[in-house]
Amino acid sequence: MAQMNMKEAIRDALRVELKRDPNVLLFGEDVGNVGGVFRVTEGLQKEFGEERVFDTPLAESAIGGLAVGLGVQGFRPVAEIQFVGFIFEALDQMVVQAARMRFRSGGKYNSPIVFRTPFGGGVKAAELHTDSLEGLLTQTPGIKVVVPSNPYDAKGLMIASIRDNDPVFFMEHLNLYHAFRAEVPEEDYVVELGKANVVREGSDVTIITYGMMVHTSVKAAEELEKQGIKVEVIDLRTVSPIDIDTIVASIKKTNRAIVVQEAQKSAGVAAEVIAQINEKAILHLEAPVLRVAGPDTVYPFAQIEDTWLPNPARIVAAVNKVVNF
Amino acid sequence: MSKVPYEVYTEDVEALSVLSPDGEIINKDMMPILSDDQLKEIMYRMVFTRTWDDRAVNLGRQGRLGFYAPVSGQEATMVGSEFAIEKEDFVCPGYRDIPQLVWHGLPLYQAFLYSRGHQHGGQIPDGVNVLMPQIIIGAQILHAMGIAMGYKLKKQKQVVITYTGDGGSSEGDFYEGLNYAGVYKLPVIFFVQNNGYAITTPFAKQTAALSIAHKAVAAGIKGVKVDGMDIFAVIKAVQEAAERGRNGEGATLIEAVTYRFRPHSLSDDASKYRTKEEEAEWSAKDPIARFAKYLEKKGLWTEEDTARVKEEAKAKVNEEIKKAEKTEKMTISGLIDSMFEQTPKHLEEQKADFQ
Repeated sequence: MAQMNMKEAIRDALRVELKRDPNVLLFGEDVGNVGGVFRVTEGLQKEFGEERVFDTPLAESAIGGLAVGLGVQGFRPVAEIQFVGFIFEALDQMVVQAARMRFRSGGKYNSPIVFRTPFGGGVKAAELHTDSLEGLLTQTPGIKVVVPSNPYDAKGLMIASIRDNDPVFFMEHLNLYHAFRAEVPEEDYVVELGKANVVREGSDVTIITYGMMVHTSVKAAEELEKQGIKVEVIDLRTVSPIDIDTIVASIKKTNRAIVVQEAQKSAGVAAEVIAQINEKAILHLEAPVLRVAGPDTVYPFAQIEDTWLPNPARIVAAVNKVVNF
Repeated sequence: MSKVPYEVYTEDVEALSVLSPDGEIINKDMMPILSDDQLKEIMYRMVFTRTWDDRAVNLGRQGRLGFYAPVSGQEATMVGSEFAIEKEDFVCPGYRDIPQLVWHGLPLYQAFLYSRGHQHGGQIPDGVNVLMPQIIIGAQILHAMGIAMGYKLKKQKQVVITYTGDGGSSEGDFYEGLNYAGVYKLPVIFFVQNNGYAITTPFAKQTAALSIAHKAVAAGIKGVKVDGMDIFAVIKAVQEAAERGRNGEGATLIEAVTYRFRPHSLSDDASKYRTKEEEAEWSAKDPIARFAKYLEKKGLWTEEDTARVKEEAKAKVNEEIKKAEKTEKMTISGLIDSMFEQTPKHLEEQKADFQ
């Protein structure tokens, strides 16, 4: 098995699929020749040619529309939106056109598209390069939203996303591209969409989270362990749909939960998780489910983003609150 | 190289005209080659479309159709442009472009179902290369560009035609689509039916450009302006654009200057933004009357033919609207199952709430 960081694991997934299926196409601003501003697609144009991996003019709506049109033609486009804040320019094509194609055409056409975008704070990037917009997308019927937290999952989830016959929005946390290496099989494998992962077992409190916050939560769990609180950490991996069964099974064991997300607090993935817990497991709860999240402000300029983002201390405090309720 | 583009492109371009309002050929070199049978078939489709439009407006008023955008006045642009492409070519329409879909193979009852808000309206039969009408003005332009890239990648000789109006030519998607098609040299025809109004906003308030055809220049593709009330000009322009596309010469933007005789939809009042004089002026350019004069002179068409086609169209519309009305209603479970290829568990649970 090879050691890969998340960037290399995603590239490896793209290579596997480009090789396996001639209908897979990769495109976006700067993804061809240089392999993207983060070099995720580096080398792929050389390996698969300019018809399979190509640069587009700078226009996000057209990238989305190109993907929709190619999907109608039977291709499997993997379209990159260079930074997350630019998806607004392409939202019509993503959430209106791609996500509705199957419905509008009564099943005649689908949109087997993966929209890839880097996102995520803590890297002091320019404005609108890092926001967590997954909550916005999870409210769209007909689209799946994937947020991997490690190299192994990233490869398996990307392969599963490309093979999925419905549109998938695949969000790659900037802070995780180079954060660490892990063992990643060189062969092809899938990590099923819509299945959460219990990354750390515990019996006192469940933390439900995803993306970069999996790592922040594990750090908090390690600190809480020293206080004698055993924390179970669940990585959602797919934030739409949510794997509520894994969450409920955990809450039946721990009877307490918090949800941690990097995004602003209101009306996002955490709110959805808590609503579903209410529907499915309210009688197993010994305390209200709390949220640790960014405040409901615009994402801040770089100077204060470290304070703005959830950190282990805030997670520890929330866990203590539910334990001492 | 002495002139800057600003100086070069501020003049309006003359619209291509082949047939005069009196039914005379005034531009022999540009006359498309059409057999007598084809000429009669085109006239049949135009009269049929006009009659169907009249009926559809009535059906709309009776509540038997849903959203419907009238088409009378635009028969030359709609029937002509579709006639000029092949069955294998692809059509990406805007919301008004139902006639092109039907003449390209979409069963009429499905067009009615689409209007009535039934999903089966978009369940296009195999071998009919169309997308359903697009509501988001301009989104279809990008789909057309993507579908055209698909043909290019598959090395197939088909072309894609996509429609929007003068209003649609102001959308960002319009410029993005033209630009991509230029960069990738795609076999796509951007067909703008400039009917003078985007709902109520007149062309003069839509753009300061003297023509929409000019906009091709900035995208590096060919731009053409045609008289949209002239069936031969439309056919000629689209045939040439299709040929260019098939030959690998890239995209064409066609601006067809036309007029819708009725309001934008069944829910607006055109008298608030148009004058009687203007309507009379365009009425005199009626594409069907003009074409009829030509055909009558050639001995290919009579008033009796028009009456016969009208009767046929009325009967067909009646039959098809009944078929639409008899089609089983959509269900919530069917709707839920059309979200994903495999309905996820949470949606299965939501389905149960409606059973």
